[in-house]
Amino acid sequence: MGTTASQLGKDLLSEYQELTFLTKQEILLAHKRFTELLSKEERSHPNPSVPIDTLLTLPELKSNPFRNRICRVFSSSESKDSLTFEDFLDLLSAFSDSATLEIKSHYAFSIFDFDEDGTLDEVDLEKLVNCLTGETDETRLTPQEMRQLIKNILEESDIDKDGTVNLSEFQHVISRSPDFVSSFKIVL
Amino acid sequence: MPSRNIDSGRQQQQLVSHLRRLPVRERVCLLRAMPLNLALKIELSSLYVHIVGTWRLLLGALAFLSSVRLWRTQLKLLAGRFGTPVLSYFLFLRMLVLLNLLLFLVNGLFLVLPRALDPLAAGDNSSLLHTHSVLHLLTGGGYVAHSVMFYGYYGNTLSGWSCGPAEHEPEANVSAPLNIAGQPVCGPQVVAPVSYNTSLSYLFTVTSGLFITSIILVYSISQYFGRRFCVFPSHGKLAGNVFCSWDFKVTKEMSVQRQSENISTQLKEQLSEGMCCERGPGFVRERRRLLRARLSAWAACLASVFLSGLAVYHLADHMHDQGVMASVEADLLGESRLLALPTVVSTITLFLPGLFHLVSRVERYDSPLVATYVSIVRNLLLKVGLLGVLCYHWLWRIPSEPERYGLQCWETFVGQELYRLVLVDFFCTLVNAFVGESLWRLFSNRVLKRRRRPTFDVSRHALELVYGQTLTWLGVFFAPLLPVVQLIKLLLLFYVKKTGLTLTCEAPRRPWRASQMTAVFTALLLCPSLLGAAACLTYTVWTVKPSSACGPFRRSPTPLEGQKLLLWQTVDTGADPKLGLFLSAS
Repeated sequence: MGTTASQLGKDLLSEYQELTFLTKQEILLAHKRFTELLSKEERSHPNPSVPIDTLLTLPELKSNPFRNRICRVFSSSESKDSLTFEDFLDLLSAFSDSATLEIKSHYAFSIFDFDEDGTLDEVDLEKLVNCLTGETDETRLTPQEMRQLIKNILEESDIDKDGTVNLSEFQHVISRSPDFVSSFKIVL
Repeated sequence: MPSRNIDSGRQQQQLVSHLRRLPVRERVCLLRAMPLNLALKIELSSLYVHIVGTWRLLLGALAFLSSVRLWRTQLKLLAGRFGTPVLSYFLFLRMLVLLNLLLFLVNGLFLVLPRALDPLAAGDNSSLLHTHSVLHLLTGGGYVAHSVMFYGYYGNTLSGWSCGPAEHEPEANVSAPLNIAGQPVCGPQVVAPVSYNTSLSYLFTVTSGLFITSIILVYSISQYFGRRFCVFPSHGKLAGNVFCSWDFKVTKEMSVQRQSENISTQLKEQLSEGMCCERGPGFVRERRRLLRARLSAWAACLASVFLSGLAVYHLADHMHDQGVMASVEADLLGESRLLALPTVVSTITLFLPGLFHLVSRVERYDSPLVATYVSIVRNLLLKVGLLGVLCYHWLWRIPSEPERYGLQCWETFVGQELYRLVLVDFFCTLVNAFVGESLWRLFSNRVLKRRRRPTFDVSRHALELVYGQTLTWLGVFFAPLLPVVQLIKLLLLFYVKKTGLTLTCEAPRRPWRASQMTAVFTALLLCPSLLGAAACLTYTVWTVKPSSACGPFRRSPTPLEGQKLLLWQTVDTGADPKLGLFLSAS
């Protein structure tokens, strides 16, 4: 099921409204911004998709250290290099104001799982902390600090002591932090 | 990685049969909350009966109501540059704008409109008799005092007379109006208009406006609690910090870098705190020193609150003395002296919290959340103390002896005082935002030699908003259009704060629990603020004697007594109760 890039049908619009957490105006705005990213020929395709590199030019994603991971997680294509409009709506819905804690924590887990093996192990955690602290030498943690930090994180969150954080352990940690919902938001 | 597709057809069948068993609304919610591909969700939803058209309409209507689009672009830019904490302050401001708009609509429709449309405006309606000056807009005197803004303008029962076919007894005290020649305006062409009971509608409108506001506030607080939030700080939860600290709303390059720096600093601090826990003799000495510092800080703050309360009490006493009041009526210069009290109060409420902030530096609380709560409590004590002193003057001393202060209509005077307070508070905030903050920034750069800009103290600014709103709610009984003034003030304040922020400040560096703090400020708006205003209103309506020369309650011993008498009379004369309380002849 696709959509010609010129305009959304009414039925499709209401279907999107029911199945995502977005309002009608947000869906229309998303459609407009998505269409702008397409080239002229692609707009007439039935189910156009935007390559990830083009999507990353959006100002909302441009400077985000997790931008590549976000796009990969929501991509439904085989090679994970492009997003359709519905993938884009999924992305915005997960990051919207009204999305539930469960959905957000589910997708946050997927985004932080850099090696895509279903759990957060030490390598994932290290990459996560490096994304958070940035590129410069001053802000990066020293190797000892990193080891200490990862050890503390695993102590606090790894309940079954298997050396990794799985989805339910992650969601348990997140549920104790009320600000997660307000900070895990992207608005177009 | 957790898949966004369903792997097998069997799983799909199970899901569909589960969905079919649920009621419509739950089906929608469940499907929406599943972390699945949208294309797959659409496919699944086509397998069961489509949702009825009316449900879609309802969803659409609800979505429209909840999407408030005021300042959407500016808020997005602010969030992109400064992050969620600053955004939460502006969202709080927007909520106050909507609350004031609601009060304005309620008061405007049921109080101002009937009064303005009344062709027989009781009382002095000739605005030509009063002086016109721009100063009056600020002090609430002159022509403003006798306008629709204040209590005194609203007379008792409108148009209780009738010369046409009379259905009800005309009120004995109100005779038909006189024309220029001094003869009663009567005759078959004049039809008895529907009479509108101003006193009852006044009481009812003001009370219901505040009641609706309290319902809205309780609803928004309950929404925060619905998100499973825990009030108590979770100490040393590194995992939570690492997983939840990134603010995805920040989009500007510079701000992203700054955010990374802040997170890095925070993590390093937490790691070093965790690593060094030696408890030698120096530790005990250090804790004792900290305890002494904290006690002296508290003593200093409480002393300053007490002293400022005392100062305001004596100043109010002096200002309300008959001598001063008499001289005030004489000329414009005298009238501008009325601005002295509001200026002093506003200056204290704006600058003393800054002093508290400086004092709090010696205290060095372990957790930033505890430090925030301590500063909120101190600010609250100051504001509650000052407002308590002023309310004592306005609701106790003045009504008990209005002649001593030379006041014909003390309610209008109290309304004017609150009007002046609201306006002067706004001007002081303006001055502080531009001049004060720039001076502070210069001072911290040159003298204290700090490289970074001062941070935007969200809790202090949010408390200023709560204070301003308390003044409005206190004054809505005495000045029904005060919400309009507050509305305009808040609209301008948005742009002033936005510009001030962009020019001089930067985002807070310490972690700020946005949703918890917003819930705390909304709770403060409900508990000391609205409930305090409601308590003052109840006291005024229940026990205070209204002035006999003006206002809708001039003939009653207390406003509430008057309405009780009125209702009894209505029942006695056998008027049709189905007409509703707003249509009754006295």
